Amino acid sequence: MLRYLNGPQTLGTGPAFWASFVALCVAAVCYPLFADPYDVGNFAYFLLWIFMAMGLCVMWGYTGMMSFGQTFFFGIGGYSYGVLSILMGADYGLTIVALLLAIGFACAAAVIFGYFMIYGRVAGVFFGIMTLSMTLALAYFLGQTAGPEWAIGKARLNGFNGMQGMPPLTLPWFGGSIELLDTALYYFVISLLLVVYLAVRMFLNSPIGYVLVAIREDPDRVELLGYDIRLYQLIVFIVGGALAALSGVLYTAWGQFITPSSVGLPAAAMPIVWVAFSGRKDITATTLGTFVLLLAFQTITIYSQQWALILMGALLLATVLFAPDGFLLGIFRAVQNLFSRRPGDAPTAGMRSNEG
Amino acid sequence: MDAEFFSVLYQFADVFAFLILSAAGLAIIFGMMGVINMAHGELIMCGAYVTTALVHSGMPLLPAQACGALTAGVVGMILEFTVVRSLYARPLDSLLATWAVSLIVTQGMLVMVGSSFAGVGTPEGSFQVGVYTFSTYRIILFLASIGVLAFIYLLFMKTRFGIHARATMQNAGMARALGMRTNVVYALTFGLGSALAGLCGALYAPTMTLIPTMGATFIVESFVTVVVGGTNVLLGTAPAGFALAVVRTALIGWNGQIAGQIGMLLAVMVMIRVLPNGFSGWLGRWARNV
Repeated sequence: MLRYLNGPQTLGTGPAFWASFVALCVAAVCYPLFADPYDVGNFAYFLLWIFMAMGLCVMWGYTGMMSFGQTFFFGIGGYSYGVLSILMGADYGLTIVALLLAIGFACAAAVIFGYFMIYGRVAGVFFGIMTLSMTLALAYFLGQTAGPEWAIGKARLNGFNGMQGMPPLTLPWFGGSIELLDTALYYFVISLLLVVYLAVRMFLNSPIGYVLVAIREDPDRVELLGYDIRLYQLIVFIVGGALAALSGVLYTAWGQFITPSSVGLPAAAMPIVWVAFSGRKDITATTLGTFVLLLAFQTITIYSQQWALILMGALLLATVLFAPDGFLLGIFRAVQNLFSRRPGDAPTAGMRSNEG
Repeated sequence: MDAEFFSVLYQFADVFAFLILSAAGLAIIFGMMGVINMAHGELIMCGAYVTTALVHSGMPLLPAQACGALTAGVVGMILEFTVVRSLYARPLDSLLATWAVSLIVTQGMLVMVGSSFAGVGTPEGSFQVGVYTFSTYRIILFLASIGVLAFIYLLFMKTRFGIHARATMQNAGMARALGMRTNVVYALTFGLGSALAGLCGALYAPTMTLIPTMGATFIVESFVTVVVGGTNVLLGTAPAGFALAVVRTALIGWNGQIAGQIGMLLAVMVMIRVLPNGFSGWLGRWARNV
């Protein structure tokens, strides 16, 4: 299994890459020792969105399915966690069960909607606008659930004001359970991030990953080679949905609230901006770029949310017009070329052309 | 006429008009260039805002609506020239680029105009059938949607522009080889689609609250109508609007607006599974076989 960690589908294979990877992990583990718990909690907030971006990267960057509806699964995950954790309570580690069930619901939704769209051969631009319609319809539905009749047990959906009052994630532990808040949540999120990142790398470099990239390049040819591309696309749709739902659960558990605005516009546009800007064709670029963008976005949001969103739109426009493969990925490849250039190698011009 | 029956008919006409008016512009642009214009909702908003602003400054409603549609058309042509033109070879990227424009415009409007804008009242009053009261303006909207379809038919079937447009749609390379300036056809089509979006906004401006995010109210309906319709406006969008309006009216009668909205989306999911190429693919095949 471990041999799949490195492969042609993911950039960064040499010792230099893995050394900086370990250094980054160590820095991440040490960070809370020096920082204020409140800041550590905010840091966890930036990290928890990355799962959704990774899911979109696998779907869009590797398989060529442009989904505008990642927030649909984010919302299903977040709301399911809210309802389930309120109903079941936080004892005996039941919040972890709520987390898993919430992701399960999102997967079930992905199977149902994915079946109709993917097996209906919806592709290209139609796939994008159908997924966007799904998430907008969910936001519209959740927005009108203000009345008392919209409740499951004692869990009220609360319309536009959103759900609140769910317990945070709680780990059962010897001698009392641990509430995952601030620093504890931070460690939980970075461990998950590490596991998911490595798992996605292995997934992409496994035989399935090769089929996915082939589907992106030429779906008809892959079908002629005897693969049922619809099945692969459905698998990827489920993986993407599950990762988005994980982000949704962590978001809800982090702030103990979720509102329909996390599902509708402009929230639905954000994952696209992160992944497009970072470089959708590489999981490492997406992971790092998303983090950087979230950090920048949050810094500007303090002054004006509108201007932060305008900037995100401008970034997306600039990416599409000037660097369709993403800015960060371009820098990545340039750096890699710089290091791997041996005497007699052609200059970096060949790599540059990928960005055009 | 039975009042109950008329009320169902009225409901249907209302939904049909909404679907056709909001989707026509999007469908024309998609049918011609394969581009889904994600800034469609913002062009609708543009039409609505211009109309309302002109009415506030003293212009009568009808010319104000015409100006709203024209402004959106001009804005659309500018959008085509600056952004979309360089992306015709990459439809997915044009989707992203127009979505970025939509994000910038919505948030820019929030910064510049603020979140609320005083509307104008719904004109024309109401009439009564049996025990129910109906708004006359909604009937006008229905007639306008029929008018838009008739206009599209005449424009594409009976004019010189229509011939050029259909030639470009069928085979752009061949059209160019025969000396047609397909760039001009593209720009005009984009302008026409945008103007129809603006017309939709202008027509609905007196009936709804004006907010910068109002485009989002329209786009789901316009998207699903285009998805179910397919590439051809007359053979696709019109029957798709009809079918979806039937589904939606039935669901609204059964369990209210929310059931109509969600149920229509589920119906769309089933329809795309059964008719992968939309109504235009299905009807087009049927028409060829007859």
